Amino acid sequence: MATLVLSDAVALRVRSGILEQTGATAAVLQSDTMDHYRTFHMLERLLHAPPKLLHQLIFQIPPSRQALLIERYYAFDEAFVREVLGKKLSKGTKKDLDDISTKTGITLKSCRRQFDNFKRVFKVVEEMRGSLVDNIQQHFLLSDRLSRDYAAIVFFANNRFETGKKKLQYLSFGDFAFCAELMIQNWTLGAVGEAPTDPDSQVDDMDVDLDKEFLQDLKELKVLVADKDLLDLHKSLVCTTLRGKLSIFSEMEANFKNLSRGLVNVAAKLTHSKDVRDLFVDLVEKFVEPCRSDHWPLNDVRLFLNQYSASVHSLDGFRHQALWDRYMGTLRGCLLRLYHD
Amino acid sequence: MPGKLKVKIVAGRHLPVMDRASDLTDAFVEVKFGNTTFKTDVYLKSLNPQWNSEWFKFEVDDEDLQDEPLQITVLDHDTYSANDAIGKVYIDIDPLLYSEAATVISGWFPIYDTIHGIRGEINVIVKVDLFNDLNRFRQSSCGVKFFCTTSIPKCYRAVIIHGFVEELVVNEDPEYQWIDRIRTPRASNEARQRLISLMSGELQRKIGLKVLEMRGNAVVGYLQCFDLEGESGLVVRAIGTACTLDKLSSPAAFLPACNSPSKEMKEIPFNEDPNPNTHSSGPSTPLKNQTYSFSPSKSYSRQSSSSDTDLSLTPKTAPSPQGPRIYLCPSSPPLSCGSLHLKKSCLLLSDSSLAPHHCSLGSPVLRKSVSFSEELFLAASGMGSGSAGKEGGPFKALLRQQTQSALEQREFPFFTLTVFPPGFLVHVGGVVSARSVKLLDRIHNPDEPETRDAWWAEIRQEIKSHAKALGCHAVVGYSESTSICEEVCILSASGTAAVLNPRFLQDGTVEGCLEQRLEENLPVGCGFCHIPYDELNMPFPAHLTYCYNCRKQKVPDVLFTTIDLPTDAMVIGKGCLIQARLCRLKKKAQAEANATAISNLLPFMEYEVHTQLMNKLKLKGMNALFGLRIQITVGENMLMGLASATGVYLAALPAPGGIQIAGKTPNDGSYEQHISHMQKKINDTIAKNRELYEINPPEISEEVIGSPIPEPRQRSRLLRSQSESSDEVTELDLSHGKKDAFVLEIDDTDALEDVHSLLTDVPPPPGFYSCNTEIMPGINNWTSEIQMFTSVRVIRLSSLNLTNQALNKNFNDLCENLLKSLYFKLRSMIPCCLCHVNFTVSLPEDELIQVTVTAVAITFDKNQALQTTKAHIEKSLQRASADTEELLQFPLELCSDSLPSHPFPPAKAVTVEKANPMGEGNFRNRSAPPCASSTVGVVKMTPLSFIPGAKITKYLGIINMFFIRETTSLREEGGVSGFLHAFIAEVFAMVRAHVAALGGNAVVSYIMKQCVFMENPNKNQAQCLINVSGDAVVFVRESDLEVASVQQPTANCQPLCAGGEVTT
Repeated sequence: MATLVLSDAVALRVRSGILEQTGATAAVLQSDTMDHYRTFHMLERLLHAPPKLLHQLIFQIPPSRQALLIERYYAFDEAFVREVLGKKLSKGTKKDLDDISTKTGITLKSCRRQFDNFKRVFKVVEEMRGSLVDNIQQHFLLSDRLSRDYAAIVFFANNRFETGKKKLQYLSFGDFAFCAELMIQNWTLGAVGEAPTDPDSQVDDMDVDLDKEFLQDLKELKVLVADKDLLDLHKSLVCTTLRGKLSIFSEMEANFKNLSRGLVNVAAKLTHSKDVRDLFVDLVEKFVEPCRSDHWPLNDVRLFLNQYSASVHSLDGFRHQALWDRYMGTLRGCLLRLYHD
Repeated sequence: MPGKLKVKIVAGRHLPVMDRASDLTDAFVEVKFGNTTFKTDVYLKSLNPQWNSEWFKFEVDDEDLQDEPLQITVLDHDTYSANDAIGKVYIDIDPLLYSEAATVISGWFPIYDTIHGIRGEINVIVKVDLFNDLNRFRQSSCGVKFFCTTSIPKCYRAVIIHGFVEELVVNEDPEYQWIDRIRTPRASNEARQRLISLMSGELQRKIGLKVLEMRGNAVVGYLQCFDLEGESGLVVRAIGTACTLDKLSSPAAFLPACNSPSKEMKEIPFNEDPNPNTHSSGPSTPLKNQTYSFSPSKSYSRQSSSSDTDLSLTPKTAPSPQGPRIYLCPSSPPLSCGSLHLKKSCLLLSDSSLAPHHCSLGSPVLRKSVSFSEELFLAASGMGSGSAGKEGGPFKALLRQQTQSALEQREFPFFTLTVFPPGFLVHVGGVVSARSVKLLDRIHNPDEPETRDAWWAEIRQEIKSHAKALGCHAVVGYSESTSICEEVCILSASGTAAVLNPRFLQDGTVEGCLEQRLEENLPVGCGFCHIPYDELNMPFPAHLTYCYNCRKQKVPDVLFTTIDLPTDAMVIGKGCLIQARLCRLKKKAQAEANATAISNLLPFMEYEVHTQLMNKLKLKGMNALFGLRIQITVGENMLMGLASATGVYLAALPAPGGIQIAGKTPNDGSYEQHISHMQKKINDTIAKNRELYEINPPEISEEVIGSPIPEPRQRSRLLRSQSESSDEVTELDLSHGKKDAFVLEIDDTDALEDVHSLLTDVPPPPGFYSCNTEIMPGINNWTSEIQMFTSVRVIRLSSLNLTNQALNKNFNDLCENLLKSLYFKLRSMIPCCLCHVNFTVSLPEDELIQVTVTAVAITFDKNQALQTTKAHIEKSLQRASADTEELLQFPLELCSDSLPSHPFPPAKAVTVEKANPMGEGNFRNRSAPPCASSTVGVVKMTPLSFIPGAKITKYLGIINMFFIRETTSLREEGGVSGFLHAFIAEVFAMVRAHVAALGGNAVVSYIMKQCVFMENPNKNQAQCLINVSGDAVVFVRESDLEVASVQQPTANCQPLCAGGEVTT
C-alpha cells in the first residue's frame, strides 16, 4: 500500500513539472519522496498529540512550520465533512469510508485521516469541561478558525444532527458550523454558567451537550400556537408592524400561522432526542422551504423573524419571555443562515 | 577525593506506556556513577513523572570523573516481576571539569534504548565541585581542553603549538565475550556503549596527561576513532595537536586575527593587496615586531614573541627559556647535508612499492606487513625548491639552524590542524601518505597494547621520512584511519609535508604578524606554493616553473594537499569538489593470503585513484587540490577507493595543460574518428568548466615566465603505457597553448572506462557549488542560512558476474546519485554551496556498499554572485515555487496511514540487475530560521568550525557520543531506510539535547566518524553503530552583536564593522 501511494505522490510531483525545473531524474524524485514519507511517518505519531510536537527533541522544526504542519494535518475537505457531519464517529461509520471515498473522489487514505482526526478530537474533548473551542485549541494547537470548525464537528457528532437528507444537501459545512456555534453559545449547559466561579459546581459545564432543562422548558412555548387568541394577537402584531415593509406581505400574512406553528412545534419537540436529530430537517421543511417557494427575499425573512420574535414581548398572556429569547435568538440566526438556495 | 558530583533528577515526560492494563507507567530512576548507585522514588501511574529528587552526591577521584560517564537509567517499577528498563542516558561530565566551559549540565535528555530508540525525555541537573589537586604525580588531567576543530578555536589565541599527541587504549569487545551468548542483545549493546564511553574518557585523560607533560593546556584537532576488530578486540585511538591556548579577553577585538569566516571571505577579493598583512594585526601590530632587530638562532624566535600586551623578551608561558623549545617539532630541512641520499632511498622504496620495508619488529601478531609510499603523490603534487639560493638563502639557513635542535627532540612533527594562523605555513611540499596491511590477532594484554602502538609508530615513521624526502620537516593536516574486514586491517595515515615557521612552535604569539624580514622572503599568497626541496635533487620527477605570482621562486605544476586552502592563497575563479572512485574485485581468501592479495592490489588502486584525480583536475582546468582525503576500504571480495578533494586554480601555479587522447592503432579510420570525437568532447568540457568556475587567469607571455622545463620522459610516468609514450609525445596537439598537455592513451578497456568516467561526471545543477574544504574558494558573500545533512545509502550488489567495470559503474552511480539527490533536496537554497562534503565508504558485508555523506549547505548572496539580472528573476521565481513545495512536500492525504504495510522495498524482486537500491536512508536536519523561538532551544549542527554570520563566544567542551541501535523487526520499522532514518534522527536529537543542556546553541566541527550498519534480512534483524563528535559552543549572531555594541560603544566597534559588512 505504501508503495502504491508513493507512486501516486511521485506521479503528482512529476506532473508539477519539478523534474524539468530542477533537472532531476525520476529516481532522485522517487527517493526524495520516500524520504519525506519516512520523515512524515515519524512525525505523524507526534501530530496525533500536537503538544508533543512542541516538546519533542527529534525534529527541530521552527514554530511557524510546526503550526503549519498541525494545521495541514488537521485540515479537512468540505465534501468529506458534509458526509460524516452529525454521524456517530464509530467503527460503523469508518466502514462506510470506502463509499464516501468513491462518492467524493477523495482518496481513502485521506478520508481515514480526516475521520481519525475527527474521532481523536472528539474523544479528547468529549468529556471535558469548559469552552469547547478553547479545549480543542489547547489540546490540538489548532488555529482559531480550525478550532471552531472542529467544535462544530464535535457538537454535531455528539448530538447526531441529521445533515445528510436530500433536503439538506444545499447546505454547506459553513452553514452548519455557524448554527453549531450559535447553539453552543446559547443552548448548552456551558452557555448558562457564564461565570463559573466554583469549579466543583460546574460539573455540568459542558459545551457538547444541549441543556436538557432548557429543552424541557421549550414545551411551554407551545401555548403560542395552541392558544388561538395568542396566535391571532401575535399575527396581528407582526402584520401591523410589517405592513408595507415587505414585498411579500400578503404571502407572509397568509402563511403566518403555518410558519409560527412550525417554529414553535420544532421547539416543543426537542425533548425527544430523535427530534433533536431532525432539527435541521424540520427547520428546512417548516420554514425555509415554504418561504423559498413564495420567493421571500432574504431581507424580508430577516424583517419577519425580527418582528416575529420581538412581538412576543407584547403578548401579555405569555410568561416565558426569557425562554423565548433564548430559543428564538439562536433560531433566528440559524434560519437566516439556512435561508439560501 | 578531589571532586564531588551532584545529580538531581527533576522530571520525565512522554514516557512510553509500560503497563498495558492502565496505559500508564510507574517510573523511577537509577543514577549510577562508578560503582555507586542512587535511586529515586517510584512515581506511580504517570507518563510525565515529577520526581524532583534530592541531590545525589558522588564523592570521586577526578580520574574517575574524567573516565566514567554518568549513567541514568529509567525503569518501570513492577511489584511482582523484574523492573523493566525504559531506557538510559549517558552524560559525559568532562565539560564540567574545565574552568571556562559549562558550569552546569541541565536540561531534557532523550531516554534512549538500544532496541526501541528514544522513549520519552528526562530532565536532569548535574554539577561538579572540584577541589584543587596539586599532586604532581596525578593521573588525571582535568582542565585540559579538547577541540575537534582543526584550527585554533575562534575565541582563543595560540601561544604555543606544541605538536602531536596520540594514544590508544584497547579492550575486549563485549559483543564477542562468552557472556554475550547468554545475555540479551540489549544488555550486550549497553555493555558496549558503556565500555566505549569509559574508554574514550580514559583515552582523553591520558592524552590530557601528555599535554600537561608538554606544558600545554589544550588539544586542537582532536580526532578519536574506534576500531572494531571483532574477535581480537576493541581499539579506541586518538590523535591531536597539543597547544597552549590563551582565552581572549575581548573576543570581538580578535575578529580580524582569528580565522573568522567573514574575515577570510573579505580577504580574498583583496588578495592583490601588496600588504595584506596589515589585517592580521589584531592587537599586536607589525610595528612592534619591527622594533626588534633580526638576530639569528633561538633568541630570534623568542624576541618575536611579542604578544599584544607583553613586549618583554621573556616568553610568557615558559618559566625557563629551555623549557618550551623542547616541545618543538619542526625539523629543519636537511637539504644541504646528505639529503640526496635520503631522497634516493625513498625513491627506491617507492619504486618497489610492493616490497615490505618495515621489518615486523618481532611481534607475533604482525605476520605480514606491507607498506608502500606514494611515489605518485609525490610526483604529481610536485614541489620545487625554494632553497636554491637567491634571496631565500640566508633566511632558510637561519630557519634550519633554529629548528635543528628541536628536530631531534620531537618524535613526530605532525599537526592535525588544517587551518593555520597566518604566517605559520611557510612552504607546502605535497601529500605524504602511508598504508600498511596488518593481520589482527587477539590482544592478549589490554593494558599494554604494544602491537597496535608499534603499527602506528611504523606508519608515522614512514610518513616522517616521506616528508623529509620532500625537504619538509613537518606534516600538517595529518590524519589516520583504518579499514577492517574480518582479520585484515589496513592502517592509513596521510598528511601534507610542510615547512613551518618555527616561531609559532616555540613561544611566539600566533597572531603576531610576520616579521618584515619574513615578508620579504615569502611573498604573501604564493609563498606556500614554493617548493621546499632542492631543485637539483628533486625527490621525484616534477615539472617546475617560476612562480606565476612573484616570479622569483620555483613552483610545481600541480599541488596536492590535505589541508584547507590557506586564507591568503590567491585563487582564480571558484573551486569544486573532485572525486576519484574506484572498485577492484579481489578473491576471497583467508588470513595471510588475504593480506597479501590486498597488499598487492593497493599500489594499483593508489595509482588509479591518483590518475583519476589528475585527469579530473585537468578536466576542470585547475591546478591544485586541497583537503585531499583518500579512503581505501577493504571488503570480503573487493577493495574500494574513494578520494575527495577540492580543486582550485592557484594563481601562483602554471595553467594546467589539456588532456590529450592518443589511440593505439592509428591506422584504423573509424577508430581515429572515435578518438577525435572524444578529444573534442574533452576539450569542450574543459572550456565549459573554465567558464563555469570562472577560471580566467591573466595572460602572461611565455618570456616573462620562462618556459617550463621540458621533461617529456618524466611526464610519461603519468601515461598509461610507458613503452609507447615517448613516441606519442612528439605527436602532441599543442592546442592548449602549453607544452605539457596531458596524454591519455586509449589502448585498453581500462582507459576507455577512464575517459567515460571522466565525461560522465555531471557538474552540479546551476546555482550549486560543492567542496570538501571548510569554505568554497572564490565565494565570499555567505549569508547566515546553513543546513547540515547526513545521508546514508546502502546498495546490494548481486554477486553474479561482477566485473571491475560493472562494479566501478555501480559505485560511481551510487556516489553521483547521492550528490544528485542532495542537490535536489537543497534546491530551495539556491544559490548555495555544499561545504565540507565528507564521504565515507564501507563494505559492511559481502555484497553491500554503504556510503555515508555529511555536508553543510550554505547559501550565499546571489546579488553578488556574478549572474545576470535575468537569471536572478528566474531564480527567485523558481525559489518561490520551490518554497511552497517545501512547505508541503507532499499532499498530506496521500500518507495519512501510519504504518506502511508493504513488506520491504522491492529490491529482491529485481536482483537481476547488477545493483539495485536495497534501501536508502536520508535525513535532513532543517535548521530553524534565525527568528525561531521554540519551546525547545534551537541547536545548530555544522561540520564547519564556524557559523556564517555569527561569532562563537564560548566553547563548552567536546561532544563525543557513541550509540548502538538494534532491531529485530526491521521490516516493521520501514526496512533499512526507515531504520537508519529514525536512528540518525535520534542521534541528532541526543547530540542537540546534550549541547542544549550544556547551555550551548550549536555544535561545530561536527563529524559522524563511524556509521557501521549490519543487517540480517532473513532474520529481520539489523544493527547500527554510530559515533559522532564535535565541539559544543555558544554563538551570537553578528547582527545581535552589533546591537550590543551600540549599547556599549566602548567595547569594540571596529572589528564588528568588519564582520558586519560581510553579512549584509
